[in-house]
Formats: sequence, C-alpha cells, structure tokens
Amino acid sequence: MAEHAATAHEHPNYVKVWGILLVLLCISIAGPFLGIKVVTLITAFGIAIVKAYMVAKNFMHLNIERVYVIYLIMTMLVFVLLFFAGTSPDVMKWEGDNWVKPKVEQASSHAAAHHAE
Amino acid sequence: MRPIANTRSTAGIPTGRLAVWWVVASEIVIFGGLLASYVMQRLAHPEWTSQTAVTNVWIGGFNTFVLLTSSLSAVLAHQAAEHGDGKKAAKLLYYTCGGALTFICVKAYEWTHEISEGYTLSSNTFWSFYYTAAGIHALHVIAGGIIMLFVAADAKKNLELHRVELIGIYWHFVDIVWIFLFPLLYIAK
Amino acid sequence: MAEKIAGAQEHRHDEHAHHVETFWSKYVFSTDHKMIAMQYMFTGMFMALIGGFFAYTFNMQMAFPGEPVPLWGGIVTPPQYNALITNHGAIMIFWVAMPVLIAAFGNFLIPLMIGCDDMVFPKINRLSYQIFFLSVLVLLSSFLVQKGGFGGAWTVYPPLSAKHEYSLTPMGSSLFVVAVALEFVAFLLGGINFVTTAMNSRAPGMKLYDIPMVVWMIVIASILFMASVGPLIAGAIMLFMDQNLGTHFYDPKAGGDPILWQHLFWFFGHPEVYVVLLPAIGITADVMCVFARKKLFAYRTVLYTVFATGVLSFTVWAHHQFIAGIDPRMAHVFTITTLLISIPIAEMMFVFIATLYGGDISLTTPMLWALSFIAEFLIGGVTGIFLGASGADIYFHDTYFVLAHFHYTFFPIAIIGVYAGVTFWYPKMFGKMMNDTLGKIHFWGTIIPFNCIFIPLFWLGLAGQHRRIYDFRNFPELAQYQPVRVFAASMLVTMLLFQLLFIFNFFWSLWRGKEAGPNPWKSNTLEWTTESPPGHGNWKTLPTVYRGPYEYNVPGRKDDYWPQNVPN
Repeated sequence: MAEHAATAHEHPNYVKVWGILLVLLCISIAGPFLGIKVVTLITAFGIAIVKAYMVAKNFMHLNIERVYVIYLIMTMLVFVLLFFAGTSPDVMKWEGDNWVKPKVEQASSHAAAHHAE
Repeated sequence: MRPIANTRSTAGIPTGRLAVWWVVASEIVIFGGLLASYVMQRLAHPEWTSQTAVTNVWIGGFNTFVLLTSSLSAVLAHQAAEHGDGKKAAKLLYYTCGGALTFICVKAYEWTHEISEGYTLSSNTFWSFYYTAAGIHALHVIAGGIIMLFVAADAKKNLELHRVELIGIYWHFVDIVWIFLFPLLYIAK
Repeated sequence: MAEKIAGAQEHRHDEHAHHVETFWSKYVFSTDHKMIAMQYMFTGMFMALIGGFFAYTFNMQMAFPGEPVPLWGGIVTPPQYNALITNHGAIMIFWVAMPVLIAAFGNFLIPLMIGCDDMVFPKINRLSYQIFFLSVLVLLSSFLVQKGGFGGAWTVYPPLSAKHEYSLTPMGSSLFVVAVALEFVAFLLGGINFVTTAMNSRAPGMKLYDIPMVVWMIVIASILFMASVGPLIAGAIMLFMDQNLGTHFYDPKAGGDPILWQHLFWFFGHPEVYVVLLPAIGITADVMCVFARKKLFAYRTVLYTVFATGVLSFTVWAHHQFIAGIDPRMAHVFTITTLLISIPIAEMMFVFIATLYGGDISLTTPMLWALSFIAEFLIGGVTGIFLGASGADIYFHDTYFVLAHFHYTFFPIAIIGVYAGVTFWYPKMFGKMMNDTLGKIHFWGTIIPFNCIFIPLFWLGLAGQHRRIYDFRNFPELAQYQPVRVFAASMLVTMLLFQLLFIFNFFWSLWRGKEAGPNPWKSNTLEWTTESPPGHGNWKTLPTVYRGPYEYNVPGRKDDYWPQNVPN
C-alpha cells in the first residue's frame, strides 16, 4: 500500500516529461546535420541514454520502486557490457592483426626470399 | 478456495509487478546481446556506410515520436487505473494500442519501400541485422499491443486494474529498446 | 501476512471449490505444480533413456568400429555417429539435466518447502511445460527427417551448422535450433515462476535465511539462466536465419563472423553448467543434513559463495575458445577468472565435509548418492584446472581429457544429483518407500562402472585422443589404445544394465513399496509436514515458520530434529 501514497503526490507531470522527450528527439535528429562526428555521437547516444533514463524513472516509476529492482536491471546491463567487452576483441577487429607473430613473420619472409630466387 | 500463492508479498512488491520486472530483465539481455552483436559488426565493417545511408531518419523519427506518445498514454492509463477509473484507463490503453498499430503500419510501409529497392534481409549483413533487430522489436510491439487489448477489456469493467501498470511497464521497456534502436539504425549509422 | 495487491478492486473468480477432475484435467492439462513436476520428471527420464541409448550406440561403434551394433539395427554410419554424439550431448543437458533438476524438483519442492499452495502463476507453469513438450517433439522429429538429425556437435558452430552443404542435414539442423530455442523459452517462463514464487510467497515467518538450500539453489540457477540465455536466443535466431533465409550473420565471406556465434554460445554455455550444478549442490546439501542429523555448516557463507560463483561464472566463458583464434590477451584474462572460480566451489566442498564431521551419519541410499556427488565432482573440478590454464589447454582442447573432465562434472550433476533427489523425495512424491537394498545395489552398480569408464579416458586424452572421431583405426598412434575403448564400452553397458534396477525399483515401489507416511526421514523442512503425496492445495492450513531448516540435534531437545513449523 505504500506505493499508493507515494505515487499519489510524488508523480511528475507526465505530459511535461513527454514534451522534454520530444525536444530531445528533435535534437538527436538534428545532430548529424552539423557534420561533426563527435557531436553526432553525443546527440544520438547521449540523448538516447537520457531519454531511456527519463522513461525509466518517470514512466516506469523506478524512482519509487523497490531498490532491488534497480539492482536487477543494472546487473543485466552490466552483463550485456561484459558480453560486449569479452567478444569485441575478436569480432570488432577480425583481421587478426592485433598482435605480432614474430615466428610466423620470419617464416613468411624466408619463404618470400626463397621464392624470389 | 482461492489460491493463496499469488496473494502473498513477502518481498514487499505485488507478485505481478515483480514478475514483469523479471521478464524485462531477461529481455534486456536478449536485446542487449543482439544489439551488442550489431554494434561489434558495424564497427568492424566501415564499408557498410553505403547501405546504412539508405535508412530514412524522418520515418524513424516519426516512429520514435509515436512510441514516446504511446508511452505517455500508457502511463496516463496507469494513473487512471490507480484512481480506480477503469473506463478512462481502458480508453488510454486503446490509444496506446493505436500507437502500436501506427508504428507497425509505418514500419510496414518503410520496409516495403526498402525491400522494393532491393535492400532485403540477405542483401547485406547490415540489412540482416536491421530487419532482425527491428523485426524482433516489432514482434514485441505486436505482442504488447495484443495483451494490452485484453487488459483494456478487463479494465473497462473495472476488473484486474493492477494489470494496467504491468502492461505499462512492459510497454515502456519496448519503447526504451526503440530509443536505442533509433540512433543505432537511423542516426549514428 | 497476505498483502492486498495495490489497486485491484475485483478479480475474476476462479472457483476451485467443486471442480470435477477428468483424466485430462488431472494428468495432462493440470496447473498443479506437483503434477507439472511429474510431467517434467517423466519426460526428462524418458529423454535420459534416449540419450543413454545414443551413448551406448556410439561407444559400441568406437569400440568395435564397422561392426553392427546390437539394438541399433546395423552399423553406425559416420553421419549417424555425428548425429548420435551431437544429440547425446544436447539431450543430456537440455532435456534431462535441466527439466529434472530445475523444472521437476523446482516445481515440486519450491511451493512445498516455502509453505505455499502452488506457484504464483499456475497457468504459465502449465504453458512452460507445454512449450517444453513441444521442444521434445521437435527434437525427436529431427531424427526422423530426410538426411537425419543434426551432427555438428551440441555447440552448433557455424559455418558447419549454418550451411546445408557442410552439415548435410538440411532439415535436421534447423529443427535442432528450433528445439533448443523452444526449450529456452520454456525455461524462461518456468524460471520467472520459480523466482517470483520463492521471493514473494513464503510462509509467514520464513525469512531469507530460513529457506532450504535447494530452493535457493534452484532460484539462483533460474536467475543465472535468465541472465545468460539472452545473447544466445538472439544468436539462435540469427543462426536459423542463416540456415533458412539466406542471411550471412556468421559467414566471413559476406561480412559475418563465426567467432561471434562462439561467443554468443559460450556466454550462455558456461553459466549454463552452473545453472545445472547449483540444484545438484542444493539437493546434496539438504540430503546430507538430514542423514548426518546436523545443520549445514556455514549456511550464509555458502549462500554468499554461490552468489559470487554465479557472478564469476559470467566472466569465464572464453576458456572454451582458447584455441579458436581469440585474442591471446583475452585468453590471459579468461585463464585468471577460470582459475579463480575453482575457489568458491572448493570452499563448498569443504563446507560439506565440515557438515559431515561429527554428524550422526546413516548411509541410506540418498546419502550414498550425496556423498558420491562430492567425491566425483571433486575429480571433475580439479581436472578443470588443467583445462583452465590456456597454455595447457593448447594440448588438451578437444581431447578426451576434456570429455572425461566434463563427464566427471556432468555425471554427478545430472545422474548422481538426480538419483539423490529422487530417492530422497520419492516417499513424498508417491507416498511409498523405495527398496533401500535395491537402491544400494543400483548405487554401486552405477558408481563403479562410471569411474571405470572415465578414468581411463583422462589418460587417453593425455595420449592425444581427439574428440568426435568416428573410427580411431584411422589414426595409427591412437589405434593401439583400442582395448581401452573396448573396456570403456563394456563398462558402459554394465552401467546401463544396472539402471534397469532403478527403473524396476521405481515402478515396483509405486505398487508394492512400504507406506511412507508424512515424514519417513524425520526431516525438518516444510514438505514433510503434510501428507505423502500432498493433496490439492498442499495443506489444509498453511504452515507458519519459526526457525531455519537445519535444526538437527539441538541440545536440550528430546528429538534429534526440530521441524520448521513447530512453535516450540
């Protein structure tokens, strides 16, 4: 029953939140037109994070929810980041030239020298 | 004899809401895994830019507007349900469903256009991710819309009003997924 | 105290008072957690017969290559061999270990042990079994389609699994992926039930530290499953699309990456082994406390250790990929985390030993299984350390050393843990006692052959015997070890024959076993305070809890046990 009382007088003005979300949407669309990559990234993803936060806090009432729900959500996000961190060295840089393989390089340069003869 | 199990709240939170949060939690990892895979592949393939340039930011932006507005009507429906006004809650839920339908129709138009131009599921791995990610999201929109219709039907008779909040939480999650899909597929391409 | 659900004025009325039960409503479409548990258990046991038969068949092929295999109906061809080993692995993990350990025991025990009348979402519970049953049908159908079942290993690596010209099983590959995906959905749904019920529907007075360990373990396992399966669900959808819709997610020629699949798979695959391990540990802990008449040593430490293990289990996955061509610098990281995770597991072993120390031990059949779990899993655990070191793994990867290691972990989990649980809770489930003498013969007839099969396999792995090979006569340096393979196959046949004793005992006791009564083992936990088997709604009056589950041999008390629901 505690949540009843809390939401009754603590809830934000939902229409105002929606208005801010729309403004943020417009900014994020406008971002690329400036042509600067960093700005585009910030307006695109930075704003996305802000919008998600606002929806989570104000519409999903995470601010008055039991705190372990927030821990649960954060933990899942951490796992997604963990997956990204563990996989990206292999998938993002798939050419496989992140490290030097001296023996292989010696062997191939010998082979090249042999072929040249 | 009514079942006792789902009337207890030892964890201090109504069971239905607890369950929806667990559903959202597992969906975060599903979408997170998919989007992380997309980001990794996108960063590994700068040459995809010629494909990603095709997506239309205005259609995507309009769909974002539709979803954000439907989230507004969903949370207003929750507010109405809290005050015991089942009819108003149902009406607002129907608006949310309308938003879902609009989203799907716009997407259908968008995809028809892109497919007719030759950008199909298998034409390039970017498009594979595009259709898969947006497609799985769209399935969640459709599922959410259908469930919402059932919840609204009950709410109109002032029955099971707590479910308005629950479908709302799910709906906001679907909205948040799109909030991230939109920049990934339309802006920072 | 039951709290009203906020905002709910009225509910539709589900009247349970005067329903007439037909065969279909009682046994097939039941929403009662106990019946759903039985459905999962019997389905899992049936699949164990199939998985065991597959193991028998491919072992016979390995031991007597090119010879017709009795009961199989001819010789085993190479594609059949591949399909047998692939599906043996997949079946044992997804269709035996998970349904029995998590779904069957979870469904049966959780409401009973927390003092509740059913799960919080009985209809979703039923739906989860129906989806699971569908996954069984899809998997079984994959064996019957043209070109047979998928044969690309349970790890389903693309491009072998993605391209039909490599896998040679155009329909089998897709059916396999669909079956696994359906199984995942079933367990996601089930898991939500378990977690929500355990969190929210406990009896009055049951605090978090009064929950029996097996309930904790199943709940934590469900959480681990929910948190890890997401990327693989996404990956499986992508693989299905590669197989059937012409996409190239995993095709390097077209901008995809097969290593991505490996990571998606193992990010789930490693936590998955802890998902099945934890319930087995929970069953062992509860059985041991009852038959040592002693409380669990360091309950809270075990709990925190399990949380730590759960979190750590997400950081070790690429140790399955050490020689797949991953970044060697990441291999450093994964070696360290893999070696670290052995510490909490070792600590749990010590806790079990400390629990036994000074206890009043009775060697009943369930206790024998529980004790053997510790001994056998220990072997599995320490051999994992060799594999976790990336340098050593360069040699060991894909040899029989790995196979012996994971059978020494999976067998305790899926077989020993299950037998411990079934022999312990059989009286509660069916109201009869199983025959203890037969149980003990079955026990020794399983354990001794099990070790005879797999200890030599460590040695074969060291000798360089590779996994997933159809006929070792093709490898001159390995052909000489054929007598070892024959020995292993003969031990496997022995072990499988002893399982007939269990099957006989199980069904004979249903009809002719001694009446069990509510609490034949004199245990403390709540499920033993109601009749055997529990009726609809489990209790006429739901219990209240006054203490933890392990108050055995408390000084000053007449009985050596103190049930949780007894006020004084």
